[in-house]
This record gives sequence, structure tokens and C-alpha cells, in this order.
Amino acid sequence: MTRITEDTVDAVARLARLSLSPDERTRFARELEAIVAWADSLQALDTDGVPPLRLEAADDALRDDTAREGLGREQAVGPAPDQAEGLFRVPRILP
Amino acid sequence: MTSGLTSLTASAIRERVARRDVSAEQVVRAHLDRIATVEPAVDAFLALAVERALESARRLDRDLAAGADAPALAGVPIAVKDIVHVSGLATTCGSRILAGYRPPFEATVVTRLEAAGAIVLGKANMDEFAMGSSTEHSAFKATRNPWDRERVPGGSSGGSAAAVAARMVPLALGTDTGGSIRQPAALCGVSGLKPTWGRASRYGIVAFASSLDQVGPLARSVPDLAIAASVLCGHDPADATSSSRPVPDFASLLSRGASGLRLGVPRRFIALGVEAETLARFDEALGALERAGASVVDVELPHLPHAIAAYYLVATAEASSNLARFDGVRYGARAGAAPDLKRLYGETRDHGFGAEVKRRILLGTFALSSGYYDAYYLRAQKVRTLIRRDFEQAFESCDAIATPTTPAPAFRFGEKTEDPLQMYLADIFTVPANLAGLPGLSLPCGLAGGLPVGLQLVGRPFEEETLLRLGAGFQQATSHHELAPPL
Repeated sequence: MTRITEDTVDAVARLARLSLSPDERTRFARELEAIVAWADSLQALDTDGVPPLRLEAADDALRDDTAREGLGREQAVGPAPDQAEGLFRVPRILP
Repeated sequence: MTSGLTSLTASAIRERVARRDVSAEQVVRAHLDRIATVEPAVDAFLALAVERALESARRLDRDLAAGADAPALAGVPIAVKDIVHVSGLATTCGSRILAGYRPPFEATVVTRLEAAGAIVLGKANMDEFAMGSSTEHSAFKATRNPWDRERVPGGSSGGSAAAVAARMVPLALGTDTGGSIRQPAALCGVSGLKPTWGRASRYGIVAFASSLDQVGPLARSVPDLAIAASVLCGHDPADATSSSRPVPDFASLLSRGASGLRLGVPRRFIALGVEAETLARFDEALGALERAGASVVDVELPHLPHAIAAYYLVATAEASSNLARFDGVRYGARAGAAPDLKRLYGETRDHGFGAEVKRRILLGTFALSSGYYDAYYLRAQKVRTLIRRDFEQAFESCDAIATPTTPAPAFRFGEKTEDPLQMYLADIFTVPANLAGLPGLSLPCGLAGGLPVGLQLVGRPFEEETLLRLGAGFQQATSHHELAPPL
């Protein structure tokens, strides 16, 4: 059985770019441990030689490589919470 | 003249508009009046688009007056789940993280519905990012079940289902990743179709779990679902996962009914847990289908008890990836004034997402993370193959598989929110179709304790017509779909 501790939640939250509060860490550790314990039922199944499912709805996924109009810059940047000169603006990332 | 318009099906409305017995504007106004009356009790909508709807209606009326042919959904008011982009309207996905977001493009399915004469009245409430089975996880409000306002409408397309049940619209769009069209349809007493994975374009629909998501209609009759499905389905160059298989005129195939079709019933799977009255309604529904000319055989689907575990690993893994794009940079809200980019991401996402979305992002990130990927995500994808094979084998002896849509009728608010696992387990009958990429249909099959329950039919890939034929045969033989909630 896989233990989900608050340290596990911290590590996963870091990967997922979620800043959790201390209460959330405690609560999610408890809840995720219960969910993962129950998902562990899959470990009992014999999946030797079974390939992962690949759905094939798109019978002709290839198309001609022709240029098409895309979203203009103004439209693409329009919904951003902070923008300048047609660019997405974020806090400084270089020293 | 306009009284009674809101009790009509989409096809009846279209017929009257086509004959010009009534104008599209009158139809729209009648439904807006109905919304004004019952919406305060139901809370199905996140936003109404009154002016936009009236303008579309007048434009259609002018075209018809000028002699244009009435398209398939002429004058039919629709509600659109707020995960689907409609030009000129905000998309929230039921989340604070998308506050103020106006998409710069429109979903192909909406463009198609509007080209067919449908008129968008508003955006329907939903569980945040379609994660939930009760619409309680909407960041904005809970939608109430029109049959009992103390109970949930189901989810995640709870607003869409409640709006159709409450006669605020005859037709709505939902999305279905693990049952989010079929389950609320069942709990609100309406009909809902999840087409085959790849059958309809998902361009302009915010992604939850890309190998499971599908868009589809909810309505009060199977012919309405059939008409809508023919409009919605088909290849879209903007969605590389959409199939180019020809789409039949589903409505023209319904007259063949259920006659000669074979229904497989997985008794052992159903016995895992269905409330007694729900099971009684299901058995009566099978009887009605037999009288309508279908035959019933037993089938085994041995891996289906593992479907929920596989589903919650695959769906959350894909969601953790799809929701990475909500970072406070390109759309929606940004939290505070974080001094560096990583903190901006982390704080935006912590403030913007609700608890269920965070829970699923964490679970999905865990299932994909180094050291756990093989044991969880990859294994779940292999279990999907086993489930798909179960269905393929069952379809050798039957044309569709019948189960109850849900183990029980609508639950009370708060009943399952404290225990996420209990909420997940209620999806047991709907998730297998998503895992295997199959079409599924839910039909009202009567009341259990005064609340609607649903009959679910699952079919072979791209054989929506088989399900719709069975559904049409069932609704000709029964009147459950005509029951209206006491509003």
C-alpha cells in the first residue's frame, strides 16, 4: 500500500504549481491516501501483455500542410490579465 | 398564442416556426418568461444572453419571411454548458480562475447549432471544470433539482439537465467525461446522449480529460436528441481527433424502433449495488423494451468493477496536464502581486481552483509522477483495454448494453461532499462507456421515491443510431419522458 503523507502532497503540489495552505495539506493527504488505497485494487489485475488503450476515432488524422489564418495577436493576448505591447506581461524572471 | 410553447419538444417548436405559426422571437420570449418564473427556484444558468438571443431570433424570422428554408433546429432555444465557448459570451467553466474570460473563438458545435437555427439563451451551471457529479462544485452556486429542491441535479452538466427538465429550454449542450451528460439527465428526468469518442468536434470546449471527453445533447425526447446529434456530429478540421465517418440523419432511422435489437444485461455487475426501487424501474424498462420488439440476453463484463479506479486515475492524470494552462498569464484571473513567476503560478492556482479541482490535480500529478507512473497511470490505461475487450466480446451477442444510469436517484445537498470517494462511486455505471470510447444514452424510466431514475444504453462505437432506435421504441411504448417536475 502506498502511503500518502503531507510530504508526498507537498512534493506533488510543487510539481502541479499549487501553493497549498497547511489545512489543505492535511486534508488532501488524508483524502488522497483513501483514494489511492482504493485505486490500489487495480494492482491485483493481471495486465501482463495487455497494451494501454489507444482510441482511434480519427481515421484520417493527417491533413494537407497548408497555411491558414490563425488567431491574431491582439485576439490571442486580449484575455490576458496583464499585457503590454501585444505581449503577455509577467513578473521579472531574470535577475 | 405563445402559452404552452415551453412544454413543446425541439422538433415541435421547429415545425411551428417552419410553418410560421409562431415566430422565433415569440418562442424565445416565451422561454425567457419561463426562465424568469422558475430560474430563481432552480439556478440552472450562470449567465443569460437575452439581447443576443432576441437578435438571433429576429434575424431568423427575417430570413424565414424572405423565403429561406427552415433549418433543422429553427427557433429552438438552447442552453450551453459553460465549458463550451459561445461567441460574445464569457466562459467560466464554473471556476473563479476564469473570471472575466471572454474566449476569442467559438466552439464548432455551437457554430453548427446556430447555423441550424438554434438560439442560445444562456450558459448553464456546472461543477468546476466538469469535475463532479452534483453541480455542488460550481464556484458560483448550486443548481437545484427541479423535482426536489433539496436535492442535487447531478453533474457535471447539472445546469443543462435542470434547465431542460424545468422547461426553460427544450434542448441543451452538455459534456460527458465520466457520465456528466447521462447522470444529470437521469437525475432530472430528461434524455441525454454521449456520442462515441471522436464523433463530434471538441474545438472550443475547455478540455478536462482528452481521451474521455465528449460533447452531446440533452432533451425531453429521443427524436430531439437524434436531430441535435446529426447537427453536432461530424469531422471538424479544427479537431484532429474528430472522425470523418459519415453522420447519418439519425431522426430518419428512428421509425425502425427497437424491433429485432438485442439488449445485453450484465446482471452480475448491476448486482454490485443498485437501490431497490431504481432496480425495479430498470427491470420494468427492460420489459417495455421487450414488448417493443427487443430481446434481452445476459452478458458478462468481468472487468467493469475496476472501471471507477481506472477512470479516476486516467481522468485526473489528463486533467492535471490540461489544467496546467490556467496559470494567471494568458487568461482569467491572476492572484495578488506575486514578486516572482513561480509564486504567481502557485498563488493564482491556489486561489482560483476549488477543492475538488485541486484534489484531482494532485491525484493526477501523483499518478503521472516518477516512480508511480507505471503502477497507476499506465496500469489504468491497460485496464481500459481489458474493459474495451469486455465490451467487444459482449457485443458479439447483443447490440446494446442496458444498465441503470445511476445506482440511486438524486441525493441531498452535502450528502457526498465530505467523502469524495462516495461521490466517485456513484459514477459506476457511466464511466465504462467513456473508458472504452463508446456511445451512451440515458432515458427517463420512471420515478423511485418520487424522483426520476434513468435507463442507460451503451452501444458499439459509431452506432449511435442503434441506441436512438431503442430509445425511440422505448418512448413510444412508455410516457416517462413526458413527466414534468412539480415547479
